[in-house]
Amino acid sequence: MSRLWDILKRNTMLIVLILVMILFEILIRWNTNGYGSLFRPTNVTNLINQNGYVVILTCGMLLCILTGGNIDLSIGSIVALVGAIAGVFMVNWGTNIYLSMALCLLIGLGLGAWQAFWVAYIKIPPFITTLSGMLAFRGFAWLILGGLTISAFPPGFSRYFNSFLPGTGTPGENYAFTITVAVVAALALIAIQFWTRLKKIRKHYEVEPMWELLLRLVFGCFVIIATGHLLGRDKGIPVILILLAVVVLVYNFFTMNTVPGRRLYAMGGNEKAARLSGVNTDRLMFFCYANMGFLSALAALICVARFDTANPSAGTNYELDAIGACFIGGASAYGGVGTIFGCIIGAIFMGVLNNGMSLLGMGADWQRTVKGLVLLAAVIFDVLSQKRKRLS
Amino acid sequence: MSGILLEMQGITKTFPGVKALDNVNLRVEDGEIHALVGENGAGKSTLMKVLAGDYPHGDYDGTIIYDGKECRFTGMKDSERLGIVTIHQELALVPNLSIAENMFLGNERGSYFRLDWDQTFQMTTKYLRMVGLDEAPHVLVKDIGVGKQQLVEIAKALAKKVRLLILDEPTASLNDNDSQKLLDLLVELKKGGMTSILISHKLSEVSQIADHITVIRDGTTIETLTRGVDDFSEPRIIRGMVGREMTDRFPKRESHPGDIGLEVRNWTVHHPLYPERKVCDDIDIHVRKGEVVGISGLMGAGRTELAMSVFGRSYGTKISGRILIDGREVALNSVQDAIANKLAYVTEDRKGCGLLLASDIRENTTLANLGRISSRRGVLDKDKEIQLAKVYTDLLSVKCSGIDQLAGNLSGGNQQKVLLSKWMFAEPEVLILDEPTRGIDVGAKYEIYTIINKLVEAKKTVLMISSELPEILGMCDRIYVMSEGRIVGEFTQAEANQEAIMACILSAKPPEKPDVVPIAQGA
Repeated sequence: MSRLWDILKRNTMLIVLILVMILFEILIRWNTNGYGSLFRPTNVTNLINQNGYVVILTCGMLLCILTGGNIDLSIGSIVALVGAIAGVFMVNWGTNIYLSMALCLLIGLGLGAWQAFWVAYIKIPPFITTLSGMLAFRGFAWLILGGLTISAFPPGFSRYFNSFLPGTGTPGENYAFTITVAVVAALALIAIQFWTRLKKIRKHYEVEPMWELLLRLVFGCFVIIATGHLLGRDKGIPVILILLAVVVLVYNFFTMNTVPGRRLYAMGGNEKAARLSGVNTDRLMFFCYANMGFLSALAALICVARFDTANPSAGTNYELDAIGACFIGGASAYGGVGTIFGCIIGAIFMGVLNNGMSLLGMGADWQRTVKGLVLLAAVIFDVLSQKRKRLS
Repeated sequence: MSGILLEMQGITKTFPGVKALDNVNLRVEDGEIHALVGENGAGKSTLMKVLAGDYPHGDYDGTIIYDGKECRFTGMKDSERLGIVTIHQELALVPNLSIAENMFLGNERGSYFRLDWDQTFQMTTKYLRMVGLDEAPHVLVKDIGVGKQQLVEIAKALAKKVRLLILDEPTASLNDNDSQKLLDLLVELKKGGMTSILISHKLSEVSQIADHITVIRDGTTIETLTRGVDDFSEPRIIRGMVGREMTDRFPKRESHPGDIGLEVRNWTVHHPLYPERKVCDDIDIHVRKGEVVGISGLMGAGRTELAMSVFGRSYGTKISGRILIDGREVALNSVQDAIANKLAYVTEDRKGCGLLLASDIRENTTLANLGRISSRRGVLDKDKEIQLAKVYTDLLSVKCSGIDQLAGNLSGGNQQKVLLSKWMFAEPEVLILDEPTRGIDVGAKYEIYTIINKLVEAKKTVLMISSELPEILGMCDRIYVMSEGRIVGEFTQAEANQEAIMACILSAKPPEKPDVVPIAQGA
């Protein structure tokens, strides 16, 4: 029983997310006389498309926060700048789209590296360095676009971000394909989990109780298949969902299962101790900020494709979305604590909040107010539960 | 010695799951120095927190009678109003404020919206003179040594019209010289009518100045010894603390020194902030395999600076000199190089520079050698990590609920063991141990000594820095004495004794040495 309580406590944010979803569902149904729903197939597709960039940026932001509560304020501006460059390449100059995408990602990496250099090796506080980037990169985007927007991107480019799998096909085919993929994914999840468990048993290592594993699997499979079901009834699997899944899995693996990932947590936990244990903290810091630039460029491509325009004021306040998602997702403002999955839940939470309030017809005024208060509430909750843990 | 100033009766304080204090009784006479001794975790600090009002009335059972009246404190302010002031082990001074500002912090002179700086400075000078500290009131606290900071704390207490001063391990971070000054000051203040309660692990100090000694073990008062009536010798006090006679405080070891494991030649290090100042000056030392060599000296002599500069240049600038490991010259330009060359440095500051307090034992153990639990591509094998972390935790008999207990929740002694296991996990050949037993109790010290002996028996090279002379004398085969950044003497175990080493330190240095900036701020 205490173990179950433990699991619940470890996943508070997930439970809160589920409760909020249920609350919105009830409110929306009541508001629209049972017509509207958070879980309408088109709305689920919308949720994924609208929040793709937040998930990508959150992964990068978590790494920065882990180094010691440092944040990157410039990412919204990098999104605008890289988007502008993408527009110039693809629309104005007609450059090959693959070459353009590669160059955009490289430029993002370069912008990140520029800031990372000052932060990591010259020890300029990240807040100031990235504040400068926030202003300068935005200005640069305006310069490049001359204050105008560029639109009508080649369809060959947009298709990598906006289309759906299987793409062509009747609704019946769409559904069959999507649900098959979901079932395969669920089976893969089950297979992997049992495989690692068997491996542990064979080496006589300790394993968690069976019911805990089953609980996790049932929940995981339910989410995957339910999502597949809803997406199948709409247009199929959004390509961007696959991109998101890859990014999340890669960064989760990096933070949880690699040496530099572990060192990142050590650095945030106690930088002096990490340095005296042979951790090259400067290099890690450089990596995190350079990586943030790279992911911002990726987010830029997603945004450009979604709106089909390069806009100098694109990406405004994106940094705040990412920072908010991380803190709601349980990252510590002092660094060293937080997981990719936690922060993704934070990102989904923010997305559901936006989406739910829009469906309820709340104006931007109320949406901002609520989001602001929720952020504070999440951190207060975190601080209080930490305090209680310390006392017991 | 007039009446009773303080009487604590039947104090019981429980935390969830633990009874920290169980029916504790303490009687303190007016105008005495009352020592409180006991192992770490025995409940001394908890008792003092009850007294100071840190745990408000109602949070504990029992009564506190102070100055003939029963007291029910709701917070520290209440106890301070009656003149009960606590000086904690970790000093509560703000480094970037001046001595005067610190002295009257929370007790400001003048009105709420207009500080009276003239009065502040004048009174500061007065109290500084009282504690015998010769510093100007406007000097920043970060620019004076730890010893002087301790005196500032006492002056601060005096400014609050203290009647009962509680000192929690006041000499833990002081060298012998500064400790003695502090003890003399306490005796001096006692003559002026001040009462103090002294918590200390250094039993020699306790038996030197205390009028009564109360021994606490496992949350209960065991006995109170009275000067002139009871035996005040260290073995007698230790018997009360641990409940048995500790005949030998240092485990025996057969020493068979082999080849030279570590040699440092012509090592010169300059201060990182004041590059014209030499922190280590032309140092030549060597340590053989299977040998424990001690470095003795006062705080600020440059011992930690020497160790850290050798350990991958993690301290200092303009470093010159040569390092030989196994007779082979090595270039240790980074901590990574040092670890790769099988060198380990176990820091003196386990909380600040050693452990990840918010991480569990497992992550702390493996941090310095993650390569041992990962594939060549840098992917961690967490199962192997758990396995190995358990091996080391058992090897050093760390008392914990499991390897997933957070390092910050362990007692000092067990934290020190985790720190040691972390560096043993790195599989070094040469270990530099900086104050390996600072602030831990007698029993845990013995265990640490046993581990050191095991290391030496496995032919490791051990260099030990310690400010406690008995420890240096009890553990080391050979002893270097360091003063003002230079090696000023070398003793074999047979030649060494406390007097000889102290004489060596003192003859090599001018009587009043300017304090060195503590390393934490220098680095």
